[in-house]
Amino acid sequence: MKTIQKVLHYLKRYLFLMVLSILLALVTVSFTLYVPILIGRAIDRIIYGNVDFTYIVLVLKQVVCFVLLTAVAQWLMNIINNKVTYEVVKDIRNEAFEKLQRLPLKYLDEHPYGEIVSRIITDVDQFADGLLMGFTQLFTGVVTILGTLGFMLTINGKITVLVVLVTPLSLFVANFIAKRTYSMFRLQSQTRGEETAYIDEMIGNEKVVKAFAHEKQAIEEFDEINERLKKCSLKAIFFSSLTNPCTRFVNSVVYALVAVTGAMAAIGGNMTVGALSCFLSYANQYTKPFNEISGVVTELQNALACAARIFELMEEQEEAEEDDNAYELTQAQGNVSCFDVAFSYVPDKPLIENFSLDVKPGQNVAIVGPTGCGKTTFINLLMRFYDVNGGNICVDGKDIRSLTRKSLRKNYGMVLQETWLKNATVRENIKMGKEDATDEEMIAAAKAAHSHSFIKRLPNGYDTIIGEEGGMLSQGQKQLLCITRIMLSLPPMLILDEATSSIDTRTELKIQNAFAKLMEGRTSFIVAHRLSTIRNADIILVMRDGKVIEQGKHEELLKKNGFYATLYNSQFQN
Amino acid sequence: MKKLLVYLKDYKKECILAPLFKMLEASFELLVPLVMANLIDNGIAYGDKGYVYRQCIILIALGLIGLISSVTAQYFSAKAAVGYATNVRHHLFQHLMGLSFTEIDTLGTSTMITRMTSDVNQTQTGVNMFLRLFLRSPFVVFGAMVMAFTIDVKSALIFVAAIIGLSTVVFLTMAFNIPMLKDVQKKLDSVLLSTRENLTGVRVIRAFCKEEDEVIAFRNKNQNLTKKQKQSGSISGLMNPLTYVLINLAIVVLIHTGAVQVSNGILTQGQVVALYNYMSQILVELIKLANLIITINKSLACANRIAEVFSLQSSMEEGTYVETKEETAENLVEFRHVCLTYAGAGEESLTDIDFSVKPGQTVGIIGGTGSGKTSLVHLIPRFYDATKGEVLLNGVNVKDYKTEELRKKIGIVMQKAVLFKGTIKSNLAWGSGENETLTDEDFIEAAKTAQALDVVEKKGGIDSEIEQSGRNLSGGQKQRLSIARALAGKPQILILDDSSSALDFATDASLRKSIRELSYHPTVFIVSQRTSSIRHADLILVLDDGKLVGKGTHEELLQNCEVYREIYDSQYKKEEQVS
Repeated sequence: MKTIQKVLHYLKRYLFLMVLSILLALVTVSFTLYVPILIGRAIDRIIYGNVDFTYIVLVLKQVVCFVLLTAVAQWLMNIINNKVTYEVVKDIRNEAFEKLQRLPLKYLDEHPYGEIVSRIITDVDQFADGLLMGFTQLFTGVVTILGTLGFMLTINGKITVLVVLVTPLSLFVANFIAKRTYSMFRLQSQTRGEETAYIDEMIGNEKVVKAFAHEKQAIEEFDEINERLKKCSLKAIFFSSLTNPCTRFVNSVVYALVAVTGAMAAIGGNMTVGALSCFLSYANQYTKPFNEISGVVTELQNALACAARIFELMEEQEEAEEDDNAYELTQAQGNVSCFDVAFSYVPDKPLIENFSLDVKPGQNVAIVGPTGCGKTTFINLLMRFYDVNGGNICVDGKDIRSLTRKSLRKNYGMVLQETWLKNATVRENIKMGKEDATDEEMIAAAKAAHSHSFIKRLPNGYDTIIGEEGGMLSQGQKQLLCITRIMLSLPPMLILDEATSSIDTRTELKIQNAFAKLMEGRTSFIVAHRLSTIRNADIILVMRDGKVIEQGKHEELLKKNGFYATLYNSQFQN
Repeated sequence: MKKLLVYLKDYKKECILAPLFKMLEASFELLVPLVMANLIDNGIAYGDKGYVYRQCIILIALGLIGLISSVTAQYFSAKAAVGYATNVRHHLFQHLMGLSFTEIDTLGTSTMITRMTSDVNQTQTGVNMFLRLFLRSPFVVFGAMVMAFTIDVKSALIFVAAIIGLSTVVFLTMAFNIPMLKDVQKKLDSVLLSTRENLTGVRVIRAFCKEEDEVIAFRNKNQNLTKKQKQSGSISGLMNPLTYVLINLAIVVLIHTGAVQVSNGILTQGQVVALYNYMSQILVELIKLANLIITINKSLACANRIAEVFSLQSSMEEGTYVETKEETAENLVEFRHVCLTYAGAGEESLTDIDFSVKPGQTVGIIGGTGSGKTSLVHLIPRFYDATKGEVLLNGVNVKDYKTEELRKKIGIVMQKAVLFKGTIKSNLAWGSGENETLTDEDFIEAAKTAQALDVVEKKGGIDSEIEQSGRNLSGGQKQRLSIARALAGKPQILILDDSSSALDFATDASLRKSIRELSYHPTVFIVSQRTSSIRHADLILVLDDGKLVGKGTHEELLQNCEVYREIYDSQYKKEEQVS
């Protein structure tokens, strides 16, 4: 299987440790099997009236030495197995995370975040559990089987063959039960998924639930799913737990068979009683690992399934590789031109076609259109989150695909409608675009963006940690912080996607001045529905259903009496 | 863990029967060596083949009985464990539903979900394992010790010492390991947070070229996690070797003592063998036990995380007041010098708010971002408690109301429109308030007022499906339906918290018009940033930095409130430009 090969690839780095682990397993098992023989010898010398103390003490000293060695070997083995497992898992997680940074936006936009998170967190965790269990139990299990087999062969070949032939029966039983319970487990995980979705919905929107005093109904509905889960869980757990008792029963049958054949051999004089009891104890030890191994095998299968899902993520196509001699754009003039650009998200659904645009340094471009008209698509192309399918986009006369992504993006300052803040302090969030900024510069930027006054009122001012997804801040406050970020980093080109949509008009008016100053001499792309911004723009792009349908100045477009004119008139009629 | 054990109380019978049947199985296992001894002593010694066969049939029969009792035990323990988990989930969900807004703010949704799902599952496994095996192993251990006492007291004392030593090892590793596992979980949480954050913020991170910094930060967190995992692993990995050493040292002492006893004629060689066998049996059980303890440790850590949630109490005390008659006070809503400071916040979010509203009036609330508009309206349905002053509804402090009673009088539309999986009808029925028996006509009526009739028609009627969180609706559609939901129960008080932001001017205006024309004349609170939405209100409250800086009608405020005038001008001028 390919997945196994890939897992082995990760293990290769720890080859030495793994060989050591196998050696330690060998030492542990063989010593564990040898100690009873030593003790048996000691017991043989305990005969009433003739106790050989010197021999017994000698043997017991050996026992102590062996036992201590075994324990040390076992402990080292445990530590090595832990180390290998967790290091491999760490490597995989790091690689998966780095992969995330290189995956095209297309992939991330198409997959729910929860799914990707569950691959990197839950799947890797399950893989770790399976791997660890595989190491600790599979090795020792196999070595124990081989060891006891060896010891049994030295005692009686025929009975050994009998044991070897019958034991696979327990594996067969385990397999049989696993197959039957598979559908029960599927139903269980399905119901679990349903319950999780319900919890997600109700707890995630608990404020609405409470506002409508809907708690009782919510609990009732939850209980309905919960009861169903109870029933199918019970089935799945009970039937799968039959494996262990059933295989144990098979083993006791094996034990009885060995006892009969052994006893018959003993009666026929082919075996001593001592040898039989020794044989029986080994036969017992021989079958035990089979029980464990059947558990380990299911665990390993699960681990491999998880690993396959992780590798799937890691093998996704990455963003197109940058040329080695990709141009480093330092401080852009701000000339942005699109020539005959074609783009679509889905190959057979053309979206943007034959789009051309020439923006001179310092010009303002307003993008207007009804919600969902594809304004974001345009931004995606400018920032090179997506690559054009045809034509080209140039900054300062250079195709953006010949520039390094980093330098291109560094030249843009972006404020999106959907604000995003890191789970870090206000300071770290503001300084994202310019880490070496001084506190004075930061505060000046915050004042310009009118965020200083509310930041000051936060419990720890600029050192307040903003919780998960912005935590206690209001939408407007989050937007102000995002604007502050740009005010500090002052990039040569701007992209403002409804950057002030959640801010009240009075504050907005104040920010507008700062924005106007900021936009002076900077090429800017502004998605907006506020009239003043649109009217004063040098170029207006009118978008509809993902396509640019009109383009020009305000007056020109009004004269044209096309879609812009209708949009304009309807929107501001009130 | 103790706290969670309560949820097992419906399964007392199962909790007793499961270990009992397990012990039965163990007892049959303890009989096997005796049968073998008979087989050797009587069968082989006298060459009696018939006897050998009979003993083997007994062996198989013992196995079969063992199988049956084991299956019975598995059934009872599975039933108890699953029932327990179901119970915990039910109570946990109920508990979470009972928390107030203050607690919801401090708890993250994602941690709540993991606690309700994977943590509960882990404890379910723990309970199942515990019932099945935790009593069986001590039973075998103590059984072996008791057997030893019947043979020789002096040798049996070695058993006692060994068992005390072993228990110490087991408990010490547990005591060290549980906090470590908790730590591991915490580190894992931070790795998870990092991953999530990078997905939700991917555009910003790439726009600022922060990929490498994020990778470094992630590597650090991941390294911390691995370190903790290894630490915790090296402690739990100690248990097996330690128990092995202890048992074997006990065996060495036992053999030596046995040798002395035999030479003194107190014990026979066979009895020494028997004692040795019992000691070995203890070892076998302990290895099982050690593996189990790791599982149990994990579930204990999870149980603690669940208990943490249970120990979180709602910061609100439920009132008992239920309105009896249609007695109306002069003022329907009254704020008396109200202040509000959020838990953990540095400063007051609302300061000395004082106003009163008569039944049927429309109140407009306006002010800048973060000026406290939402905080103010959230005090009416008692989402938060005022830290100073009081909020009265119909002359009664909202704290005295039974919460459900209070909230059913109020229809609220929140800033973020949220709908739930189900049908349009089931969503609107949420707002049924005190009128539990609403007809389809009522829902249609509400949708009409909310300007959402076209949404209902577009989607194919009132019984059409809505996906989780209303994913199959646009922002404006969700907003209008959530207004309809608030209107469905004909509430006494209607609160619209900036809820027309996704609506165009025309729809917004007709929405306000149809609300004004409602036959039952609700008292309406409109929170807005647009002066046009509130200029016709009977009372306008102007907030600035959490303070009430203006109170009156549009005209009055234009005269005497500078903040209001500034807001008005900022919008008025724009609108001027258009016309």
